[in-house]
Amino acid sequence: MIRWKSILVTTLLMVLPLTACETPAPTPPANSQAPSSPAATTSRLETVKSRGKLICGVDGGIPGFSYVDQDGKYSGIDVDVCRAVAAALFNDPNAVEYRNLDSTERFTALSSGEVDMLARNTTWTISRDTSVGLEFAPTTFYDGQGMMVRADSGIKTLKDLQGKSVCVESGTTSELNLTDNLRKQAVEAETVTFQQAEPAYAAYAEGRCDGITSDKSQLVARRSNLPNPEEHILLEVTMSKEPLGPVTINNDSAWFDAVKWVTYALIEGEELGITQANVDEMKTSTDPTIKRFLGIEGDLGKGMGLSNDFAYNVIKQVGNYGEVYDRNLGEKSQFKLPRGQNDLWTNGGLLYSPPFR
Amino acid sequence: MVDQKNQKIPIWRDERFWRIALQVLAVVIFVGIAALLIGNLNRNLAQQGNNLGFGFLKNEAGFSISETLISYKPKDPYSQVLLAGLVNSLRVMILGIIFTTIVGILAGIASFSENWLLRQLNRIYVEVVRNTPLLLQLFFWYFVVFFSLPKPENKIELLGSIFMSKRGIAIPWPANTVTVWLGLLVLGMGGVVAVFIWRWRNQLMTEKAQSGQPQLIALIMMAIVSILIIIFALGWQAPKALATGGTEGGLNLTLELSALLVGLVFYTGAFIAEIVRAGIQSVPKGQWEAAKSLGLKSGLVIRLVIFPQALRVMIPSLNSQYMNLAKNSSLAIAIGYPDLYAVSNTTYNQTGRPVEVFILIMAAYLSINLIISLSMNLLNKTVQIKER
Repeated sequence: MIRWKSILVTTLLMVLPLTACETPAPTPPANSQAPSSPAATTSRLETVKSRGKLICGVDGGIPGFSYVDQDGKYSGIDVDVCRAVAAALFNDPNAVEYRNLDSTERFTALSSGEVDMLARNTTWTISRDTSVGLEFAPTTFYDGQGMMVRADSGIKTLKDLQGKSVCVESGTTSELNLTDNLRKQAVEAETVTFQQAEPAYAAYAEGRCDGITSDKSQLVARRSNLPNPEEHILLEVTMSKEPLGPVTINNDSAWFDAVKWVTYALIEGEELGITQANVDEMKTSTDPTIKRFLGIEGDLGKGMGLSNDFAYNVIKQVGNYGEVYDRNLGEKSQFKLPRGQNDLWTNGGLLYSPPFR
Repeated sequence: MVDQKNQKIPIWRDERFWRIALQVLAVVIFVGIAALLIGNLNRNLAQQGNNLGFGFLKNEAGFSISETLISYKPKDPYSQVLLAGLVNSLRVMILGIIFTTIVGILAGIASFSENWLLRQLNRIYVEVVRNTPLLLQLFFWYFVVFFSLPKPENKIELLGSIFMSKRGIAIPWPANTVTVWLGLLVLGMGGVVAVFIWRWRNQLMTEKAQSGQPQLIALIMMAIVSILIIIFALGWQAPKALATGGTEGGLNLTLELSALLVGLVFYTGAFIAEIVRAGIQSVPKGQWEAAKSLGLKSGLVIRLVIFPQALRVMIPSLNSQYMNLAKNSSLAIAIGYPDLYAVSNTTYNQTGRPVEVFILIMAAYLSINLIISLSMNLLNKTVQIKER
């Protein structure tokens, strides 16, 4: 009898907390059912500000974009975007903690809140923007997918890859574009997929694959790390468009706005001719556009929860987009990549910032 | 009445009360934590505008994988690519468990060898492999051992039918035709019949003191016939070298599969060797002496007396090694073999549904390991001491 009673009591008590836990549960989702109202939950912007430093997800292995050198120092265009955001928030470009993420980890790390933002060669696509639940800040590098092969392999076009094998990093748009392009041309090639870039490039270097595919800029950067860079060529094909830019999580417009307008500030700074060197003189400029941009007039920064002179801090600490590009990928770097599409719209490129007004 | 009331023990000292109360407390804590976690997950997903659901499995996957045993094209849905990954995983697990058992038993027995050199080599193998990380070993096999094979243009050719290059190892393999399957069916049935004849022969020899000669001759005849079937009726296809550097026909084992398989087999084999050694050492010395005093040769001593008793100790530990092998096979992703974990990784990355995909991965590995465990427990029952 005692046993039956105890079972009865136990089940009763088991159900009780269940209902007890169920009743308060609907209230918090009811709040977050309307996620468009940012007041319901704390914005990541406040979290980052109170933490006092930015946690930025980067690749860490691509020279020119984000690369850790022997002293553990990060450099590259993606790293400079992180530094610009930190400069805007804290007036200190070094208040950044970097996390190296591989291509399959990155979105989970972002949505779980492990990193505040990604600046990690991430291609802006509709499915990532919508169903994966990300927000894409303005493109900082317009790229296209290429194919690298050995110069002595005789491969000239994608058709020549019939029966050959191609190495690719998993979880990237490159993986999908490769499949699409091979399907379109009815080429049967083996694709060998690696989770991380290092084994993929090692497998290519060792001759496991006849070709390796990725964004062109990345191929150029990685080629510089191969044993004999001059033995490898890029095919004259562009398999896709790859707009790369910083990423934040969906439904947090306060934080997204901050990252978006810091990125635009880099571009606008170049357009207005404000550089790291002349930013202090520019403060005395009579041009109202420049005055507003640098926070002498108006309160553009306050409106989004930053200081009014956030753009001044960004340019002062990191430089404008042109300086960032030259330092990492352009004339002053080992790659000497021409600006091409990554020039201001006034110079025939694609970079265009909406007005700071 | 009053006395009885006084004698009633207070509730906090009643063991029956605590027995129930502690259980209830445990349930409340468990349900509370689970509700907290699930509520948290729901809130976070709602904030991102995502809801749990498996509808995405019907969408087109759009990525290709380097090898598959079942038919898969990039236009197939995610469910198909996950299935292909599962089959690839099972392939590695099944082959791995078979080969690692052989390697482990051989290495375990070698530790009792009278040959000093063999004993020492075995010891080095076990200690080095057992005490270094598996991932490191996989990289070693993949990048150092298998990548030392030549480029496809100048592949190694053995006996005109085995080709080895960076594109893989091509070996002769039966073609997929009706006659082959018929041949395999005949072989399988022959195997069953042979077991029965062997038992019948043993029974005749022990209970009726017959010689067992006619049955032995029948078994030898069956063996000869099955060898002939294996050689001629299975339609072995030798791979042919192609001008593009690849091969055609036969079975092409890719470097990724080979490296993963070899890595897992030798890694787990080292642990199994220790289990076998422990099992054999657990058999009392008296059993060896008794068996020897009956005049059995040392091979027969191990096979008939020691090993059956050692198995009782070995099987429970073998079980966990097999499960380890199954789980470790998910390291395939590091060297580019498209197993379940690797394709799931791409899937959740593309669809942005890590929670659902991870539930699927966990369910798959859990069921595989439960099946391994179940079959090992059944095996365990058959070798335990039968008390009559």
